[in-house]
Amino acid sequence: MSLGALRRGLGNSLVQAFLVVIGLIWLTPLAGLLLSSLRSAEDTARGGWWTTFTSPGQLSFDNYAALLENAGITRAFWNTVLISVPTTVLVVVIAALAGYAFAWLDFPGRDTLFLLVVALLVVPVQIGLLPVAKLFGQLGLFGTIPGVVLFHVSYGLPFAVFLLRNYFAEIPKEMLEAARMDGGTEWRIFTRLVLPVGRPALASLAIFQFLWVWNDMLVALLFADSSSQPLTVELQSQIRQFGSNIDVLAPGAFLSLIVPVVVFFAFQRHFVQGVMAGSVK
Amino acid sequence: MTATATEVAAPPAAEAAARRRRARRRGRTVALLFVFPALLLLGALVVYPVLFSVGRSLFDASGTRFVGGQNYTEMFRDPATLKAVRNTAIWVVVAPALLTGLGLILAVLVEKVRWATAFKLLLFMPMAVSFLAAGIIFRLAYDEDPDKGVLNAAVVGVHDAFQGSSAYPTARARDGQGLGEAAGGGYRTSTAVSPGDTVALGLVGVAPKDLPAGARPARTAAGREAAPGELRGVVYLDFTRGGGGEPGRVDPEESGLPRMTVEAVRDGRTVASTTTAADGSFRFADLADGSYTVVLPGSNFAAPYDGVSWLGPALVTPAIIGAYLWIWTGFAMVLIGAGLSTLPRDTLEAARMDGANEWQVFRRITVPLLAPVLTVVFVTLVINVMKVFDLVYVIAPGPVQEDATVLATQMWLVSFGGGNNQGLGSALGVLLLLLVIPAMVFNVRRFRGSQR
Repeated sequence: MSLGALRRGLGNSLVQAFLVVIGLIWLTPLAGLLLSSLRSAEDTARGGWWTTFTSPGQLSFDNYAALLENAGITRAFWNTVLISVPTTVLVVVIAALAGYAFAWLDFPGRDTLFLLVVALLVVPVQIGLLPVAKLFGQLGLFGTIPGVVLFHVSYGLPFAVFLLRNYFAEIPKEMLEAARMDGGTEWRIFTRLVLPVGRPALASLAIFQFLWVWNDMLVALLFADSSSQPLTVELQSQIRQFGSNIDVLAPGAFLSLIVPVVVFFAFQRHFVQGVMAGSVK
Repeated sequence: MTATATEVAAPPAAEAAARRRRARRRGRTVALLFVFPALLLLGALVVYPVLFSVGRSLFDASGTRFVGGQNYTEMFRDPATLKAVRNTAIWVVVAPALLTGLGLILAVLVEKVRWATAFKLLLFMPMAVSFLAAGIIFRLAYDEDPDKGVLNAAVVGVHDAFQGSSAYPTARARDGQGLGEAAGGGYRTSTAVSPGDTVALGLVGVAPKDLPAGARPARTAAGREAAPGELRGVVYLDFTRGGGGEPGRVDPEESGLPRMTVEAVRDGRTVASTTTAADGSFRFADLADGSYTVVLPGSNFAAPYDGVSWLGPALVTPAIIGAYLWIWTGFAMVLIGAGLSTLPRDTLEAARMDGANEWQVFRRITVPLLAPVLTVVFVTLVINVMKVFDLVYVIAPGPVQEDATVLATQMWLVSFGGGNNQGLGSALGVLLLLLVIPAMVFNVRRFRGSQR
């Protein structure tokens, strides 16, 4: 082995060691949450979660069993589902329709309107809170799940329309013209040609949007009342007593994060693409 | 032939034109139906609110009196909002730069190991976790009690490994039992002692369960005679469990206090120092004649080191930025890694062939070529950092909220969280919008450029 190779080998093991340390640092907080969620309140008061390494007898699923009995938490979990699934479907459908029109249909003001959509990409959610709250108050939507969904859909649309319009615009012109020659209506072309071709973009968008809404706290904090609030808000309301209720907060937080994490591992590629594309928000 | 064909085709041509016009009109109607839902929602719930907020920000708290730009000047006068502006500035200066740097380093290094994919997955995973869950994770990690927070457990562990921990933070001397208070929180014998003496230093205030493992009764050692030139003694716990002991006397069951630092002091100068054995005994040999005081220095009784107050007023913002790094580093790494994979391999190899070392390749070739990607990552992070809300709202404990506050949380507090000043709240919202307008212009320009 030459000296250079030796040095490279040594350098490489240093790199490996460094990355292992970084990996452990990244894993530790998560391990802390998981192990804390499996310990009783008494054990938590007595010592840190790392004591489970030496006395694993502390670990049990009792907290999770208690969580399933906790009406506030279970309702909040279902509210999260009832908010994020319809939002995702609506955003994808509405944005696909608009994206196709912006890409391939002709109507007055099309290009100006699309530039407006691009401009709206970075508008912070905060600026909409107060006016929309007033509006929803008048419409009777304030404090309801449909209200939360409508708000999310509106603020998800600029990015969704932008993404899908750009993707649809890449569809070869000949394909669409051939379909029109065959006498297909726009609706037929949209459902039979554009949607199937756009599947990868639709999937990335759906995953990104689902994640965004599932994890939201700010919007629901304002627009949901105690009967329509999602898991994030329910847990947030209990954080004031942090320290005395880790046996509720830790499993609750784990419940809230396991869904997106499973989605992440199941759809890695779409997930990364969606998050990358969506980061312009 | 051709002429005939044209003639024959003429009447249908006019008809076809009419049909095309009709088709075009119908096409427009269809197109408007396609975009209508999106435009309706965007108009009613995004565009209108922006205009409304701009207008509302020019009115006072109740919305009845026009105040012009007063809310905007108030923003930089009111200590709470000023704090938010400052903290947001800290976030914007620190977080994107750290993340881009860390992402770049990791993206370059991870290419050198075989398990790159697993590493990338692990670091990217926090992007799937909500800020709320991340907030709870870090509230837990940053807990001040070293028996709860893993970070302080590590800090205290390292500190105690280097500094040693005091063994008896609670121990104290009984009044009138031969020990007086010394400077620095320790104790000293109230009467002078000389070589040849044996002293018994009784302390109380140590719970039997807190005695070091291996501590043994002190009675035997207390009875030993000191040789000439030697000063002997025991430090013991002057307390018999269940009662029956006599204060000031070494009773049979009473335990010695091991590992206690003991000093012999003469004329204000420490001339000898030792630590006690398992039975609490100590001895100073070869002392010159004269009168001494025996001192138990304050280090024996120092309060235990408690670690760092991560979520205290001073460190709360850096601590929350740390949690933010945990979430976003994977994002920066993956995006930069994608840029890295498009670099021309030949250029890098050629540089290595020419004898450039890895650092030179990194500094002179990789970074300059990656500049556009690094800019995108940096700008994206700046936009996101300006709007950070949940993490601050969740991690900062109630009393330190005002030390950690940023524009987005302040906007929330002012408008809805008790402040109820919707004029100032709207102005803060508009400020957030103004801050992202450069990004808006950038997006629009880039899009127009891509369409030419």
